[in-house]
Amino acid sequence: MGLIDKLLSQVRYIGQAGLERIQGLGRAGVFLYSSIAWGGPGSAGFGDLVKQIYSIGVRSLSIVIVAGFFVGMVLGLQGYTILSDFGSEAALGTMVSLTLIRELGPVMTALLFAGRAGSALTAEIGLMKATEQISAMEMMGVDPLKRIITPRLWGGFIAMPILALLFSLVGIWGGAYVGINMLGVDEGAYWGNMQASVSFYDDVLKGVVKSLVFGLVVTWIAVYQGFDSMPTSEGISKATTQTVVVASLAVLGLDFVLTAIMLGGV
Amino acid sequence: MSNEEAFVSIRGMSFSRGNRLIYDNIDLDIPRGKVTAIMGPSGTGKTTLLRLIGGQLLPDRGTIKVDGHNVPTLKRGPLFELRKQTMGMLFQSGALFTDLSVFENVAFPIRVHTDLPESMIRDLVLMKLEAVGLRGARRLMPAELSGGMARRVALARTIALDPEMMLYDEPFTGLDPISLSVTVKLIKSLNDALGLTSILVTHDVDEACSIADYVCLLSEGKVIGFDSPENLIKNGSEQVRQFMQGEPDGPVPFHFPADGFSTDLFKRVK
Repeated sequence: MGLIDKLLSQVRYIGQAGLERIQGLGRAGVFLYSSIAWGGPGSAGFGDLVKQIYSIGVRSLSIVIVAGFFVGMVLGLQGYTILSDFGSEAALGTMVSLTLIRELGPVMTALLFAGRAGSALTAEIGLMKATEQISAMEMMGVDPLKRIITPRLWGGFIAMPILALLFSLVGIWGGAYVGINMLGVDEGAYWGNMQASVSFYDDVLKGVVKSLVFGLVVTWIAVYQGFDSMPTSEGISKATTQTVVVASLAVLGLDFVLTAIMLGGV
Repeated sequence: MSNEEAFVSIRGMSFSRGNRLIYDNIDLDIPRGKVTAIMGPSGTGKTTLLRLIGGQLLPDRGTIKVDGHNVPTLKRGPLFELRKQTMGMLFQSGALFTDLSVFENVAFPIRVHTDLPESMIRDLVLMKLEAVGLRGARRLMPAELSGGMARRVALARTIALDPEMMLYDEPFTGLDPISLSVTVKLIKSLNDALGLTSILVTHDVDEACSIADYVCLLSEGKVIGFDSPENLIKNGSEQVRQFMQGEPDGPVPFHFPADGFSTDLFKRVK
């Protein structure tokens, strides 16, 4: 009897956890819908939007640029080693740029963004909740979704593709610096091959689409975790960690799905 | 009291949190234009009552009518409209927006809800800040204010749009004697000058009794007394007098419900 009881309670526990997850997803969906349904980027005033783009986007610039440069340099180094085995160092520019524009630019930026801006958003909104600022807003007859969430969602959506493009740009420079200046790849070949093989529609635009999706998803997860957090110090720290973990996994998973769709493989 | 006089009218309302019943089928009328103090031991859900009236929590059963509107059944839009037109709530912490200055905090509801020109907003904000004695602090940020000052700024912000009803959540906690007496007078004079209906959640029996027209005493999910302060002290039940006079033992339990102390102590730990 005891064993059966224990087994049943395990099953119940798993079922309960599953139900809670699904309820959470539902709440997050309704939350996104109600925040976006309030209207466009300027629904809480363009001043607010600009402020959010500044604090989400501009303040992530340094980390994105430094990371982009290093990633580009490593790509230059690794790419050169592999390509020189086949005597095709001239293709280094193509390799570096396609890797960055198609994959690493959007994905790495989204991961950095989740750590830098996402965690900050969660903590900010969680603290607003803990200090009753959100309740106070509600009691003033001001919808906190419209005032607090909508501008942040749009801010992330707008900032992410710009950051990803900058990441790729700086990365390509980093690759060029290592390839041309340090390893002696021909400068004309590096830039010329890149220009010939990178397509605006197939590579650049699809990369931008990816980072638009990542921008929305990462910001959505961040603001939702903050809004849904327990208004205690433990709750906020848990929500912040949760943002980074869930957003990073979501980015990596979604990247596979999007790549598969874009390559027409699925 | 007839229904027309009641600004807030609660009927058959129950509310529970988890397995704990906070309100058990209570009826309560808050008269229009008066100061009503809600008192009771900690944990009886006094703040919860304010949140129920404000529509931030939903009761399990019953109606909560504010100025004729049944709050729990209102949809998002009408609820926000009712809050904007009718309610102002002063939070215990003040709940100022930490990224805005004192001036901008008070200006916030005016900016959001009206299209007034900047010069008029300035006049309004200065008038409200003058009323709480903090006109000179308008350029400070909330982090630079003491607790009492923050609450006064919050009060100015709450009255910025001239609500018909004010909900005060523990307005006297943690104030120094001067701020305390100023706040007490301010609440009374605001109520009389603007013809507000005020609901005051508090522990401070003396302060509350000095300004309240009515006192509502809550204990264990029930209303155990509703009358003018004098009548309650004079004629209330034993339970009511225990609270009003702050006696440690009596019908109102000091302990959170639990098994017997000795049973608990000698229980074998598994």
